[in-house]
Amino acid sequence: MNKSYAEQFYYLMKLGRVFELRAKEEYMKGNIGGFLHLAIGEEAVHVGAVLGFGKGDIFVHYREHVYALARGMEPKNVMAELFGKVTGVSKGKGGSMHLYDPKFNFYGGNAIVGAHLPHAVGTAYARKYLGDTTGVLAAFGDGATNSGNFFEAINLAATWKVPVLFLCENNYYAIGTRIDRASPFTDLYIKAKEYMPVKQVDGMDVFAVFEAVREAKEYIETEGKPYFIEALTYRYEPHSMSDTGDYRSPRELKIAKERDPIEHLKRVGIERGLLTEEYINFVDNKVEQIVEEAVRFALESPEPGEEELYNDVFCEVCTDVIS
Amino acid sequence: MLYREALNKALDEMMEKDESVVILGEDVGFYGGNYKVTEGLYAKYGGKRVIDTPIAENSIVGTAIGMAIGGLRPVAEIMTVNFSLLAMDQIVNQLAKIRYMSGGKITLPVVVRMPQGVAKQLAAQHSQSLERIFASVPGLRVFVASDATTAYYGLKFAVSIDDPVIFLEHELLYHEKMEIEEEKNFSPYRARIKKEGDGITIVSYLKMFHDTMKAVPTVEKELGVSCEVIDLCSINPLDVSTIANSVKKTKHLVVVTEEPKTGAYADEIIYRVIEDTFYELDAPPLKICGEDVPTPYNRKLELMSIPTPEKIATEIIKWGKKHGI
Repeated sequence: MNKSYAEQFYYLMKLGRVFELRAKEEYMKGNIGGFLHLAIGEEAVHVGAVLGFGKGDIFVHYREHVYALARGMEPKNVMAELFGKVTGVSKGKGGSMHLYDPKFNFYGGNAIVGAHLPHAVGTAYARKYLGDTTGVLAAFGDGATNSGNFFEAINLAATWKVPVLFLCENNYYAIGTRIDRASPFTDLYIKAKEYMPVKQVDGMDVFAVFEAVREAKEYIETEGKPYFIEALTYRYEPHSMSDTGDYRSPRELKIAKERDPIEHLKRVGIERGLLTEEYINFVDNKVEQIVEEAVRFALESPEPGEEELYNDVFCEVCTDVIS
Repeated sequence: MLYREALNKALDEMMEKDESVVILGEDVGFYGGNYKVTEGLYAKYGGKRVIDTPIAENSIVGTAIGMAIGGLRPVAEIMTVNFSLLAMDQIVNQLAKIRYMSGGKITLPVVVRMPQGVAKQLAAQHSQSLERIFASVPGLRVFVASDATTAYYGLKFAVSIDDPVIFLEHELLYHEKMEIEEEKNFSPYRARIKKEGDGITIVSYLKMFHDTMKAVPTVEKELGVSCEVIDLCSINPLDVSTIANSVKKTKHLVVVTEEPKTGAYADEIIYRVIEDTFYELDAPPLKICGEDVPTPYNRKLELMSIPTPEKIATEIIKWGKKHGI
């Protein structure tokens, strides 16, 4: 592990954390509407996965701000999307759950659990068909592994032999239903192991996630086949801002927070000489500024114009019809 | 030529022209398609372009969406519209919405082809017409093909545009003999006036178009007026103006569809047309649809559940006499 990676981990994880804490505040103020799903506590998985995966298409779920930021999407355009502004990455029409940017090979942000898994398989098929061996990353939660989408997607990926990395973020809860009440076993990699190689990693350790994803990426691209990683993680916040989260005990939360991924990275990074106090301080100040600027940008940005209501439903204007 | 061969010819030509066109679905490849629409294409283009899928309708559409994101132009076949109910999340929540939710950054040139309608004694789970569902979802184009000409040109048009298209065929038309009539500048957005007349405008599509044409001679003889028969090639968008212009001339509107009558797409056609023509109508519009029952297996009951040429003629004549036509 080189120093530059550890620095990138810290920068992106801290940016993600500060961005989301601020999004929570802005939600409480009424500047962000609808649903807001925070990934606080899960940053090691999101950042480790994006950096470990490198080049290639990414399909994720609705808890995706940190993925988007780690992919390089501008914090101000992501924040503006949360604010529903025209400067948002989806012109204010998608919101928190639907961040898209093909420039970054980033395809959502899907609000139907597991629905993006067949998309990832199809895109991997298309890339392979067009002679591109680059893999595709599909990240999803533990809840998705109980859905038909998941089983259909792993079956298709293994049958068609396409390079998809299935990354399961097991945070143990599908909203308020703990995994053992929804699945006969709680080690979720078991569900994929007859279809593809599987691995379980500590999702609170960004180094472990990064290494596992990097190895898996190499496998899927060399072999042209899928791979499954289960990252054990924890979300500190309730499922969304409208969830009280009272199905988890304070003790459980306290134990989880003792393994905070950012604190872990700081400690290990300094121990191994990969991070310095100076760098950490520098980043802590820097991300505050970036997020402050993102909020200012979002607040000052205009709303979409009224004409935007009808734009983007279809790409082809149907001039032939008079109605 | 058979109707299904016109569809096959359209697919073949589009695949020949553009390597990014691929087909996927259950039994479409090695087996040749359950209605033989894709027959011969597997041998010609190989399994990478004519892709056999497991029985996983949701993921047939889902992977087609992914393929479009990855640069292909997939044509997904759902064996019958009845199974599309298993793919509704991908069709309604994904295919129809991703372009809009992404602020126009992602285009999905996906065609989902499927036959619908009552065939012969396939019972309730294999005998539905669901166009009303697709037509009411913003973000989907919904095309219908009544004959070889619209099957051929309509499907080629569907594959060539960048928007998602639901392409509806009819199970009983596949083995009908018909020819492709040459059309220049075909657009499914224009309804076709298949028979001119000045007394009654009758709108229909798919199999009901043929049944309407069979009913027309009786109607004309009994009522002593001529019928103008309009065949739709697209139900969303709907070519309201062609129908409205016809109604302004005939002063009478009849819509014939096979679907159960409650909440039928026929209602939408009637409403959209009378918005423009209300004061010119000489009679309330007549809607002829299927009955509000799951389609029965028994042939006698099955025929009672849908419009037939005889029932179409009888209903129009009864309505015509009542309103002084």
